[in-house]
Amino acid sequence: MLINTRSKEFAIESILLAVSALAVVILILISIFLFREGAALFKDIPFLDFLTGKNWHPTSVPPVFGLLPLLLGTLLVTAGAIVIAVPLGIASAVFISEIAPPNVAEILKPIVEILAGVPSVVYGFFGLVVLIPRLQQLLDLPTGQTALAGSIMLGIMALPTIISISEDAISSVPDFLKEGSLALGATRWQTIYRVTVPAALSGISAAVMLGMGRAIGETMTVMMVTGNAAVIPGFPGGIFAPVKTMTATIALEMGEVPQGSEHYHALFAIGAVLFVITLLINLIAEAVKRKYRFKVGS
Amino acid sequence: MVTDIFVEDIETEITTNDLNLWYGEKQALKNISIDIPKNSITAFIGPSGCGKSTFLRCFNRMNDLIKTCRIEGEVLVEGENVYESGVDVVELRKRIGMVFQKPNPFPMSIYENIAYGPRIHGEKNKGKLTTLVEETLRAAALWDEVSDRLNSPALDLSGGQQQRLCIARTLAVKPEIILLDEPCSALDPISTSKIEDLLMDLKKDYTIIIVTHNMQQAARVSDHTAYFLMGKLIEFGETRQIFEMPRQKSTEDYITGRFG
Repeated sequence: MLINTRSKEFAIESILLAVSALAVVILILISIFLFREGAALFKDIPFLDFLTGKNWHPTSVPPVFGLLPLLLGTLLVTAGAIVIAVPLGIASAVFISEIAPPNVAEILKPIVEILAGVPSVVYGFFGLVVLIPRLQQLLDLPTGQTALAGSIMLGIMALPTIISISEDAISSVPDFLKEGSLALGATRWQTIYRVTVPAALSGISAAVMLGMGRAIGETMTVMMVTGNAAVIPGFPGGIFAPVKTMTATIALEMGEVPQGSEHYHALFAIGAVLFVITLLINLIAEAVKRKYRFKVGS
Repeated sequence: MVTDIFVEDIETEITTNDLNLWYGEKQALKNISIDIPKNSITAFIGPSGCGKSTFLRCFNRMNDLIKTCRIEGEVLVEGENVYESGVDVVELRKRIGMVFQKPNPFPMSIYENIAYGPRIHGEKNKGKLTTLVEETLRAAALWDEVSDRLNSPALDLSGGQQQRLCIARTLAVKPEIILLDEPCSALDPISTSKIEDLLMDLKKDYTIIIVTHNMQQAARVSDHTAYFLMGKLIEFGETRQIFEMPRQKSTEDYITGRFG
């Protein structure tokens, strides 16, 4: 009996180990594939020329593969999304964890989570039909399909991540810190913005980083609302002009390239750069997050 | 009752009359009437759950934070009922400082921890703040240990230093009364004795009320002692009388360690 139980335990543990190892193996294989296919481009074009090239003309003769317009397009849309999502997200998180009565918070939290569950194509459709005509009218633009439209949509899509992680960080600030502040005669609001939020700041910054990671990697929505013109966006006027992001480029062009062509490898190279960027953001977010769980009293 | 034991020729700082407190349905304080003398140390003792901390938190209205809490009766601080409508809680808590069981410095520098209170009450003058920081750190017997690192994080200090920092932080708001809720329960004996010395030193300027589990501590530092049991004030009098000639059987049982 004893041996039987033991071997059963061993079998279960082995299966669990194999399953979790599989996830890691898949990740490694994808990375290898991505980098190998991307690296093939650099046999013909120097890496630096690709990274700093100002033009993306993949179908001209000869083709020009310059990442800069796409990279800047992505960064512009993402930066806009962060500017929109961070104040809204932090304000909502503070409201949910510190101000709202418990029953209201209990209703709000699942609603925020549902926001994360809406498919991105639905966000894109909403942007296309509702947001874009209004932007065009309101700002008197030649087209509403702009970086701004992408930023607004991505901002909304990053909100659930930012709200739920910030909310978690803010409510993990121990009560005895807040009591310390209140006992000195601070008002509830002074306590929130001078003690509670600063104490949760590293968790909030992790939330912002993760929200940013989500925005950079988002494809369908930006493809539907940003107009997809591969030009280097001007500053600051470029926010009102169409841009093409890295993700949208891959999604739009991959279907039409012959496998193994230069263009094909260039799209993989874009993917590899994107992968490195999101990986870095996630690593930073994790590092920041690990720091935020409080030292006080433990 | 207990108040007749009280020595009449001492000035009173806090008086409660028939104070009752409920958490939801459960009554935590029952008909407590007491006169707490000015510029002296009063200790609240009693077994866990006897209501001594709850009672302490009535004076600066920290119980307001608990939604299910309901209070009847009077708490008079220098003759004014703090539960009357129109009382400014911010002003009240400025007058009545509080130090908690667990040292709770803010995650900021030592300097910022002390400047926090004066700042929220409107002090912007840097010179004044710096003077205040030094004054209060000296008063809390911490200056010599931290004067060279005022800008380092308060959380890097030892537990005992953190607790003295919390006392300094309380002094910086210039209160008249200091409430301490088991301030030494998380500290080692050396830190504890430093804080006890500090309290003896502070009592000439402040009225101090300390909740403690440690009966030796009550005997060492306090001038008066109140013994609580199950939400009732059982006995209140001069500390020496309480420890040497308790009038109630239950007080004697508790201080001789027969229960609690």
